[in-house]
Amino acid sequence: MRALRDLSPAPWDVAALLPRGEAGGARIDHLVVLGLVAPGARVLDIGCGDGTLLALLRDRRGIDGRGIELSREGVNACLARGLPVIQGDADTDLENYPDDAFDVVVLSQTIQATRNPRIVLEHLLRIGRQVVISFPNFGHWRVRAELAFRGRMPVTELMPEAWYETQNIHHCTIRDFVGLCRTVGAEIEKATALNARGRPMRFAMPWWVWNVMGAQGVFLLSRGEPGDGAPR
Amino acid sequence: MTTSLDLTTAPGAADTDRTEAPAADVRRGLEPKGQVALFGADEPLAMDAGVAFAPFQIAYQTAGTLNAARSNAVLICHALTGDQHFAHTHPVTGKRGWWETLVGPGKPVDTDRYFVVCSNVIGSCMGSTGPASIDPATGGAYGLDFPLVTIRDMVRAQAMLLDRLGIADLFLCIGGSMGGMQVLQWAASYPERVFAAMPIATGARHSAQNIAFHEVGRQAIMADPAWAEGRYLEAGTRPAKGLGVARMGAHITYLSEPALHRKFGRRFQGGSAPTFSFNADFQIESYLRHQGLSFVERFDANAYLYLTRAMDYFDLAADQGGVLANAFKGTRTRFCVMSFTSDWLFPTADSRAIVHALNAASAAVAFVEVESDKGHDAFLLDEPVMFNAAQGFIDAAARARGL
Repeated sequence: MRALRDLSPAPWDVAALLPRGEAGGARIDHLVVLGLVAPGARVLDIGCGDGTLLALLRDRRGIDGRGIELSREGVNACLARGLPVIQGDADTDLENYPDDAFDVVVLSQTIQATRNPRIVLEHLLRIGRQVVISFPNFGHWRVRAELAFRGRMPVTELMPEAWYETQNIHHCTIRDFVGLCRTVGAEIEKATALNARGRPMRFAMPWWVWNVMGAQGVFLLSRGEPGDGAPR
Repeated sequence: MTTSLDLTTAPGAADTDRTEAPAADVRRGLEPKGQVALFGADEPLAMDAGVAFAPFQIAYQTAGTLNAARSNAVLICHALTGDQHFAHTHPVTGKRGWWETLVGPGKPVDTDRYFVVCSNVIGSCMGSTGPASIDPATGGAYGLDFPLVTIRDMVRAQAMLLDRLGIADLFLCIGGSMGGMQVLQWAASYPERVFAAMPIATGARHSAQNIAFHEVGRQAIMADPAWAEGRYLEAGTRPAKGLGVARMGAHITYLSEPALHRKFGRRFQGGSAPTFSFNADFQIESYLRHQGLSFVERFDANAYLYLTRAMDYFDLAADQGGVLANAFKGTRTRFCVMSFTSDWLFPTADSRAIVHALNAASAAVAFVEVESDKGHDAFLLDEPVMFNAAQGFIDAAARARGL
């Protein structure tokens, strides 16, 4: 139960990260990345969809972007935008990238759909100096309520499909994810939870509060120093 | 000698012999010029077989106009039995250009915007020097005295042609199958000369299975008594049966089981019952025999031996200590790799190996696997998904190059 007493790391004031006057209807998680990425950085967006984030980063920050996307439609949309995106997935297409190939690697709402989240996370930390990762929190109170009171697998905005058709095969809670970070020796530079409306929870709170109140977790990770993750 | 394309100002272009394209072929604004570049004793081709080969000639076709900055050149690399007649009627077969689906006015490779060049590979038989050409030393055909050709030799010869045309670097190098091998070799050998590369339905090496199929084809040719140990031109014979069988076998590998089933199934040719003979009862038999027969009308048997061998020898990683990524180290070329789901000759795994190597080399690479049941030949056919992806990639590359 020690983890219950752990406070979250320095609160990630996501709102302060949001570039002023650049919002323009973009998704908040995209704006978080936009606020984080330095001009000219090398960025890999895994599960990049139609390339909205990569195009935003290229047009506003002049980044050198790459993408991986499962759907053919997404890849075609990216091609039309001139984005170098490969049709593939996080499970099979990460191991060939060299160490430190990217300044920032982005994995949005995808880790719970990978076959081997631990290996995926290790690759992310290996190929990127910084990793921005977001995922639906299975510890959210609504998820708990669905299970506890209705006895049903939850269907929410972030997890919209029924259990028999969802791609999400490795659900985790924010606390579970913090545990994985420790297991693989990842340093949590920043973390925040977004509420059901996608707004950041701005104050430092114990992990367990986030774990109940956050609809999704958003983490900024980097490779910990060797041994860094061990004694907690 | 008239030509709508003025290349006479290009360095060395003045001594290029030009022959006119078939006069009938002036449709849809496309006025290709069939031309031949001659390379004399002072410009030998340094071949992988260790030969400085001279003299030789490269036959090529062009479409579109080279812009003043010479920055809009596209090189199309043809496949094993392809040729330079990419977007206009073939002078021998009378068929339409083999890549008119992709290349032409308003097409993804837009001849209104780009200057498109396609040359017959060295070792082939459609106007470039190959085993059926006359050896000036003997006055007879080279036959098997022609040096073994590699994909890299083909690319070296293409580079010499571009030098002749005054094209320092390509906007786009594109090709499928053996053409895709040439695209990869271009990107590896002359990275600074290739702005964008599209290797389609290809691999960075020929698989053991593919070598096996090629060997069956070659043995069919060599088993034909009319092949005469490769001296059939002197003997006045033609190994049509052997070459036809080779083509029949190869043609199966270009298709897919679902495509064969859809097109032919088990349907009988001209009836509904077997004839209890070895006639071509089934439609698929009749189709393959037709493929074999029509092929021998247009292709030289020895050239088939040489070009299949060139593909077999292709292994881009072998030149790089077995690490394919080293072939693309530091490349600034932007790549778009494409495969087809039902292609079992160059399956998607082959394309993924290319993509992973490019990733390892930190190259800008896009990759699309096109859903198609048409097998390997899909890259030559009407595949809207391929066209859309190609259009997106090429347009974006053109914007990046300021075209």
